[in-house]
Amino acid sequence: MTSFLASLIASVLGAMLLIATPAGASERRQGGKLLLTDGVSTVDGSAGGGLATWAVISGAETKDGIGGSVHASYVALPNFDLTSFGGAIGFSNRVELSYAHQAFDTRAAGAALGLGRGFTFGQHIVGAKLRLVGDAVYDQDRLLPQIAIGVQYKIATKGAVIRAVGGQAQRGMDFYAAATKLVLSKSVLLGATVRFTKANQFGLLGFGGDREDRYRPQFEGSIGRLLTRNLVIGAEYRTKPNNLGFAREQNAWDGFAAWSFNRHATLTAAYTDLGDIATVRGQRGALVSLQGRF
Amino acid sequence: MILLLALAAAAQTIPPGEDPVAPYAQHDTNAGATPFRGSAMLRAFHGRVGIDRMTDDFVNRLVADNRIADIFKGQDIVRLRRLLKEQFCYILAGGCTYTGRTMRDSHKNLGVQQADMGALVEDLQAAMRKEGVAFPAQNRFLAKLAPMRRDTVQR
Repeated sequence: MTSFLASLIASVLGAMLLIATPAGASERRQGGKLLLTDGVSTVDGSAGGGLATWAVISGAETKDGIGGSVHASYVALPNFDLTSFGGAIGFSNRVELSYAHQAFDTRAAGAALGLGRGFTFGQHIVGAKLRLVGDAVYDQDRLLPQIAIGVQYKIATKGAVIRAVGGQAQRGMDFYAAATKLVLSKSVLLGATVRFTKANQFGLLGFGGDREDRYRPQFEGSIGRLLTRNLVIGAEYRTKPNNLGFAREQNAWDGFAAWSFNRHATLTAAYTDLGDIATVRGQRGALVSLQGRF
Repeated sequence: MILLLALAAAAQTIPPGEDPVAPYAQHDTNAGATPFRGSAMLRAFHGRVGIDRMTDDFVNRLVADNRIADIFKGQDIVRLRRLLKEQFCYILAGGCTYTGRTMRDSHKNLGVQQADMGALVEDLQAAMRKEGVAFPAQNRFLAKLAPMRRDTVQR
C-alpha cells in the first residue's frame, strides 16, 4: 500500500509539473471561478458539499492558475462532536490535493463505552483528485457532467480501540469517481459519487470489520438550488459500510445552506443525521463550517 | 463566394461612430446561441428597452473593470455596444437580427483567458441585477451564453 501511495503521489506530482508549465502564451492568473462553483469543503477535506465529495476542484483558479481553500468544520451531535480542520490546493482546475484532520470527541458517552470521558478518536485524511472531463459550469449545452476520480488515504489514530471493537485496519484507502453538473437553466446543481471504501464511521473506527472486510461501493448524492449568486441550499445523502459487529452503522444525510458572504469566504450551516454511532443511537445535529478560498 | 462577399460589403454600411471592419458573411447563427421560445425571457428583461439599458450598463462595467479593462482598450466600444444589444435581443427573442461576426472570429487575438470570462459573467450578473431581472431568468440567459467560452477563450 505504501509503495502504491508513493507511486500515486509521484504521478500526481508529475501531472502537476506538466500542468504548471503550459505550452504557449498562457499567462498565470489568480482566481476566475464564479462564487460557489468550487463547492465548499467536505469533512474529508476535498471540495464538495459537507458530506458528499463533488467532481469540482478546490480553489478559485481556472486552468491558468493555482487556488486553494482552508476550512474549519464543527458537527455538534447529541452525544458526540466532530471537528474537521484542513486545506486543499487546486492546480489548474485539474488536480486537487487535500488534507483534513478529524477529531471525534466522545464526551460523556466515552465513559459509558468504557473508553473514558472525553476519549477522542481522530484521523488524518490525505486526498488527491483528478478532473477527467467536462466543465460543470460552462458546458451548459451538453449533458456530460464534470467527472473526476480520486483517492483518500486515511490514517486513524486509535488503533488499539479499533482492533478491540473488531476493526481490521488502522489505515485505509478510499477510491471514488464523482460526477457533478450545474443545470443553470433550472438553477439546480446535481452530484453523484461512487466510493469504494472499507471505512467505519468515515474511518474514525478504522477499516474493515469482523462482520465484513471487503471494498463495497457506497453512494453519495447531492442536490442543490441556487437562490442567489452567493447562496445555495440543498441536501446530501451518503451511504456507509456496516462492517463492525458491535455497532450498526447507518447512512447519513444533511440539509444545508452555503453562503459565500465574500469572494474569499463561505459559511455553511447544515442539519445532519449521521445515524447511530458506536451503539449510541440517533446522532442528529448541526454542522457549521467556515471556508476561506483563493 | 466573391460575389456574396462583395454584396455583403456593399450592404454593410458603417453605422455612425463605428470603425470600418473587413467584410464578413452575416447570419443570425453568428450570435452563437439559439433564441428562447416564447416571450417570458423578453419580459423578464423588460423588453427591448430593458435589454438596451442593461447592456449599456454591462458595457460600462466591462470597460471600468480593472481585471479585464485592458482587453477593451483600442476596441470599438460603439460597435461592441450595438452588437451586444443585437445579440442579447436576438437570443432573448426580442425580434432583432444579429449583424456581428461569429464568437470565434470576433474574439480572435484578444487573448481572453478563462478568468476574464469569469469576470465578464460577474459584470453581466451585476448589470442584470441592477435591471431587476429575476435570478432564475438570469441563469437561463447565462446558460445560453456559457458554452460560448469554448470560442471566446482561445488560449
